[in-house]
Amino acid sequence: MNNHSTVSKTKRIREDFPILKTLIHGRPLVYLDNAATSQRPSQVLEAYCSFSRSHNANVHRGIYSLAEQATDDYEQARSKVRDFIGAPSSEGIVFTRGTTEAVNLVAYSYARKFLKRGDIIVLSVTEHHANLVPWQLAAKSTGAELRFWPMKPDGTLDMSAATDLLRPPVKIVALTHVSNVLGTINPVKEITTLAHKIGAKVLLDGAQAVPHLPVNVAEIGCDFYAFSGHKMCGPTGIGVLWGREEWLEEMDPFLTGGEMIREVSLDSATWNDIPYKFEAGTPPIAEAVALGAAMDYLNAIGMDWIREHDQELVEQAMMLLSSEEGVQIYGPKENHAALVSFNVEGVPPHDLATLLDRDGVAVRAGQQCAQPLMHWLGVPATARASFYLYNLPEEIDRLLEGIRKAKEIFCYAR
Amino acid sequence: MPDELYGEILLDHYRFPRRFGTLPEPTVRIEGKNPLCGDEFSIDLEFEGGMLKGIRFTGRGCAISMASASMMSELVEGKSLAEVQEWIERFKNFLRDGGTSPDDVDMGDLQSLAGVAQLPARIKCVLIAWTTLEEGIHMHSKS
Repeated sequence: MNNHSTVSKTKRIREDFPILKTLIHGRPLVYLDNAATSQRPSQVLEAYCSFSRSHNANVHRGIYSLAEQATDDYEQARSKVRDFIGAPSSEGIVFTRGTTEAVNLVAYSYARKFLKRGDIIVLSVTEHHANLVPWQLAAKSTGAELRFWPMKPDGTLDMSAATDLLRPPVKIVALTHVSNVLGTINPVKEITTLAHKIGAKVLLDGAQAVPHLPVNVAEIGCDFYAFSGHKMCGPTGIGVLWGREEWLEEMDPFLTGGEMIREVSLDSATWNDIPYKFEAGTPPIAEAVALGAAMDYLNAIGMDWIREHDQELVEQAMMLLSSEEGVQIYGPKENHAALVSFNVEGVPPHDLATLLDRDGVAVRAGQQCAQPLMHWLGVPATARASFYLYNLPEEIDRLLEGIRKAKEIFCYAR
Repeated sequence: MPDELYGEILLDHYRFPRRFGTLPEPTVRIEGKNPLCGDEFSIDLEFEGGMLKGIRFTGRGCAISMASASMMSELVEGKSLAEVQEWIERFKNFLRDGGTSPDDVDMGDLQSLAGVAQLPARIKCVLIAWTTLEEGIHMHSKS
């Protein structure tokens, strides 16, 4: 990361993000909460505005030119998503409000239709609540059971448990691709291969993966893949469920209403083709277009570059934090995604976040939507710093400076 | 290095919480949780006549929730229920009014929590002990 050209590329990237010029309590913003949501470049903001200014109409309805233009833009965004995640066709790309809705869609429309009493859904304790609670409810209503993949102490999945765990009647394996707390990158291709051997379907929560790693769903081989736009430089309110067409065809609709139907009589209806069957009501059109622009933006920077950049930052952060007295970091030592959760002895994470904010440093504090994982770690909460393409090594120094200040206030202010 | 919020009084209550522990025979034992933060408190209350004769709390939380629980427990022990309720209201108003109170009221150590009024994200922390106490009194008065 000390590589001059990398830093100068990052500095050029920063110029695209107007918000990074904001001052917080008089100091330049150091935004290290990218795992919660990322910031948006001018190119994405412009795509949203330009669509709203010149192309806005409802999609798949009007026969006038503007409606055709809006539909083209929306469908073009779908094609961009297809290419971005290496999906075989656009028909498998369902626009949702985000990862949460995408997982819920599968938990309702797939699980409730195909699971029966005694079937097993495999999850892990690292799951975000969005990939846990929908399955709890699906299990409750179908009589299926939840099983949790055993963990190794470093926060990786214990792959040696796979043979015991993945046996009939396991029907669904729903795991995160990248943990939002531990930064673990799960071996999703290997897991998918193992799960398919017993005919189980695999859903991956890619909310923390797609923004940071080159992801190719065809290569992974999974059945469903969910992610959000707002963690990858796109707007909120738009996300994606990719599903294998044959499963999407078999599934019942999730939400019903306009757009998702073909014929409607007073007492029955038939469904539109996929993916429209799962896009009831007016979709977030401008948001989808802006997500397409975010993907163009990330492609222009290069996902491989982003991964490398992330890795350099997180390695530096882990090195500096773990050598700092009284700081405990969590998650695997290697192959760590772009975030690091930690605790500072004697400084509760919320107080740390408040103190860091005084210096303009934004980090997450709390249970990070993963209460079972906090129990597993044996801590009430953690702080988390998460990085993205516009973060600079010197921002980690600002974080460290803030942590030292907090330690001083808490330990030595008498 | 002094800090406007994390000053000596607040940190002292955080490090050495007053009335920390349990009562042998509480009239009411009540739990307060803020699951998003990981704050968890259990408060023991002993009522006698119209008095809050004893209060002890245990649990874990951030410095603000701990210090607030400590200051509250120290303040309300031995007061009449009417006075306790008055203090709950007074403290809520104090936060609502940006950390200020009417001139004739001495907020005592609670004054050190004034800065929290400017931090909407931390209001839950500073209030968790108070709302739990309020609930405990409510439970007692219903029984």
